[in-house]
Amino acid sequence: MAEYALEINNLQKVYDNNVVALKGINLKVQKGDFYALLGPNGAGKSSTIGIIGSLVTKSAGKVSVFGNDIDTDLNKAKSMLGVVSQEINFSQFEKVLDIVVTQAGFYGIPKSIAMPKVENILKRLSLWDKRNDQARTLSGGYKRRLMIAKALIHEPQLLILDEPTAGVDIELRREMWSFLKEINKNGTTIILTTHYLEEAEQLCRNIGIIDKGTIVANTSMKDLLGTLNVQGFVFDLDQPLEEAPVIEGFPLKLEDPLTLVAAVNKDRSINALFSELTKLNIKIKSMRNEANRLEELFIEMVNANEN
Amino acid sequence: MKTNFNVTVSLWTLTVKEVRRFLRIWVQTLVPPAVTMSLYFVIFGSLIGPRIGSMDGFDYIQYMIPGLIMLSVITNSYNNVVSSFYSVKFQKSIEELLISPMPNWTILLGFVLGGVCRGVLIGIIVFGVSLLFYPDFTVANPLLTVTVLFLTSILFSLMGFINAVFADSFDDISIIPTFILTPLIYLGGVFYSINILPDVWRSVSMANPMLYVVNTFREGMLGVSDVSISFSLGMIITFILVLSVSCLYLLKKGTGIRQ
Repeated sequence: MAEYALEINNLQKVYDNNVVALKGINLKVQKGDFYALLGPNGAGKSSTIGIIGSLVTKSAGKVSVFGNDIDTDLNKAKSMLGVVSQEINFSQFEKVLDIVVTQAGFYGIPKSIAMPKVENILKRLSLWDKRNDQARTLSGGYKRRLMIAKALIHEPQLLILDEPTAGVDIELRREMWSFLKEINKNGTTIILTTHYLEEAEQLCRNIGIIDKGTIVANTSMKDLLGTLNVQGFVFDLDQPLEEAPVIEGFPLKLEDPLTLVAAVNKDRSINALFSELTKLNIKIKSMRNEANRLEELFIEMVNANEN
Repeated sequence: MKTNFNVTVSLWTLTVKEVRRFLRIWVQTLVPPAVTMSLYFVIFGSLIGPRIGSMDGFDYIQYMIPGLIMLSVITNSYNNVVSSFYSVKFQKSIEELLISPMPNWTILLGFVLGGVCRGVLIGIIVFGVSLLFYPDFTVANPLLTVTVLFLTSILFSLMGFINAVFADSFDDISIIPTFILTPLIYLGGVFYSINILPDVWRSVSMANPMLYVVNTFREGMLGVSDVSISFSLGMIITFILVLSVSCLYLLKKGTGIRQ
């Protein structure tokens, strides 16, 4: 039995125009994991996913899916893998139902066996009512759902999603999150790339950050977030202020007269900040975390790699 | 998880998808050859044909029928595969195939079978149209006719596949059919026997591969030919084998489909 769902060793990719996309990356994803692969545009995420899915030829290195080397057991590896690509990749002129049934057929699943599965997954993704619509008439969000339905129809053990919620509204994004959490809970290993770092923070247990073709971090989400020294808090004020108060040890700035933003160091207690604000007669109506914590770390790491 | 991969199902799925594609746009794929060929039969067969007289001992319209069927079969087999395979590249739905465990030979065969289905169906339609203008037509050698019909369709489907593999734009898929294929077919004995040409042009015509395809089919339908049938059949089969191996090599290498 393979130890990892995905194992990548010294993976390199140099394109025909001499662009070096991957400089020998190593990556291991545990079975059952929900793994985030993050990186700025052009970092090498899509090249990595392309190689795993046989859409891109590697220049060197090894890739195994559940122990099946893509050089020697490609078809076995492929049958265990589902990929949701970044770009829409189905025929826009076919009906939703036909697209998913055809995809099942490409995996050797006859229509009679595929139909109940297709019905189930289309219903689960709220696409069943649109099964006879031409794909081109679907909205962007439904097209994304169709991509996921296609990738899951052969019940892969490893699902790779390349920015699945790009351009999708918040409601649908949350619906997709709940769906992905459910299939992960049922045993499917998931690798997710996304530009919405909140999404990675919400869903993933482990994380890899790739930049300029190298892995700059590969750890658990908890450990990564634990390295963050400063947390930002946003306070909604009861009364407007003209300028930000000055409190020693707590840098504050006023975003607007009713919104105060504080940077709180990890070794300081937020209670101390509340006490100081109370002394200044500043009443807080509500409080929330400032922009995503992961985002700060991500930018920090990518900047460090730049230098 | 599905591990027992059924290659027959995947081949059938791709073939059905290809057939469904050209049937869905039947106004663009099935009707034009019928209309165009009707015009050929009216103008060259019924109006001008009687003034030309006979060709190799047959009424001119009768002589034209095998040539016009081949013209339609060749162009439609070629165009079906070149446009379909380039479209899946253009729309990126080629990824559906490349990600799946389908072996390369099933991908090639699926597209070729799609081209053959369209080519043969068009051949039947054009033959049906020709019967409206020449109802007494009888096929001299049905076995040879059907064999050449299928072999020709396979051959030109494979050519269309190679064209699509290398195509980077929609212009690239029309250049070869327009500037190479069509002139060679027209000069390959669709409308005339090379015996009416001066010696020089007859020799030049012998270098045109279309001449062998058209004349082998004419041998099947009428029982006359300007070329050796066994040589022609041998060359068609040889080219099919060479092109099949070339297509499989291109697929394995990922030319035009993998980065």
